[in-house]
Amino acid sequence: MMEFLKQPWTWYAAGSIIGLIVPALLIFGNKNFGISSNMRHICAACFPANIAYFKYNWKKEIWNFFFVGGVIIGAMIATLLLNSDTPLVVNQHLASELAGYGVTDFSGTVPKQLFSFEGLFTLRGFIMMVVGGFLVGFGTRYAGGCTSGHSIMGLSNLQVPSFIATCCFMAGGFIMANLILPFILRL
Amino acid sequence: MAQENNLSDINTKATMANLINDDMDFEIRSLDSMCINDSQQKHPWWYNFKYLTIGIVFGIVFVKAEIISWFRIQEMFRLQSFHMFGVIGTAVVVGMVSVWLIKKFSIKTIHGESISFHPKKFNKGQVYGGLLFGMGWALTGACPGPLFAQIGTGALVISVVLASAIAGTWVYGYFRERLPH
Repeated sequence: MMEFLKQPWTWYAAGSIIGLIVPALLIFGNKNFGISSNMRHICAACFPANIAYFKYNWKKEIWNFFFVGGVIIGAMIATLLLNSDTPLVVNQHLASELAGYGVTDFSGTVPKQLFSFEGLFTLRGFIMMVVGGFLVGFGTRYAGGCTSGHSIMGLSNLQVPSFIATCCFMAGGFIMANLILPFILRL
Repeated sequence: MAQENNLSDINTKATMANLINDDMDFEIRSLDSMCINDSQQKHPWWYNFKYLTIGIVFGIVFVKAEIISWFRIQEMFRLQSFHMFGVIGTAVVVGMVSVWLIKKFSIKTIHGESISFHPKKFNKGQVYGGLLFGMGWALTGACPGPLFAQIGTGALVISVVLASAIAGTWVYGYFRERLPH
């Protein structure tokens, strides 16, 4: 059983479990699935700075802090207890493309040769980590949600704005990955 | 005559301003469905642990299904793998069926309150913000949920990425009124 769980999970198993988070949160307490709002709550709690967007009763949304806390704990549990030692099988074309940029270590969730504390002080690393992170935080809030809030929760409720947002998420990603990232990775 | 016109103009503007403030407050809150579907019951804070358990399940799935892998996201955006599309597509279908069932059978929360849904209004932020987020997603290989999970797997440098994301959120809040919506 443990060996079975330690193998990489299939898309249909993972997708089903994630989809069930929508009704689970609703039934547990009428909560809407969404992660990026946590970053807003953190700003509201720690540095509201008299900005209207952060002036609301964030304490009512503490449930979400518990939720992402669980995400961190779950990831720790999976890494420590359910780890299989099989290396990640990366698509051939991607592997050779990445090798061209000096990325050959495919172990770990993020490429260690790109994402490291030392890498922060390189232009490439700074762009990927700091600029990338900034775009995630700025963009998700500007869009009013991320893949959880719009693509899963919003589409589950048949919201057209969420469909539009999801299309734009994908478009932005395709543009970056195929047109811009090759230049950044060569820095 | 001219004076009367000016006064009624001012009155109209004042009423409009008030309307905007009330709507704005609701709008700011409704963006994240906050304080709209409040429980009418007061619960002690440790009732929140039920959300922690769902989060733990989510975190485990993130890691075991390789959803938080930067490499899998690159494959997704290069159409080199079906995996991520399968995950998101399945999640959406399961979510849609679940929501439909909740509505059809008027399923209530475990505390007996009715479950409410709120429509999202379109604004241009979904387009502009969506594109910007998508670009960040391809750069970092993570959307907000995976950022937290990656830290949980031990990729501590991702806390810098997360901090930058929070900074991005703050800057958005700062410039919000000046951005096209």
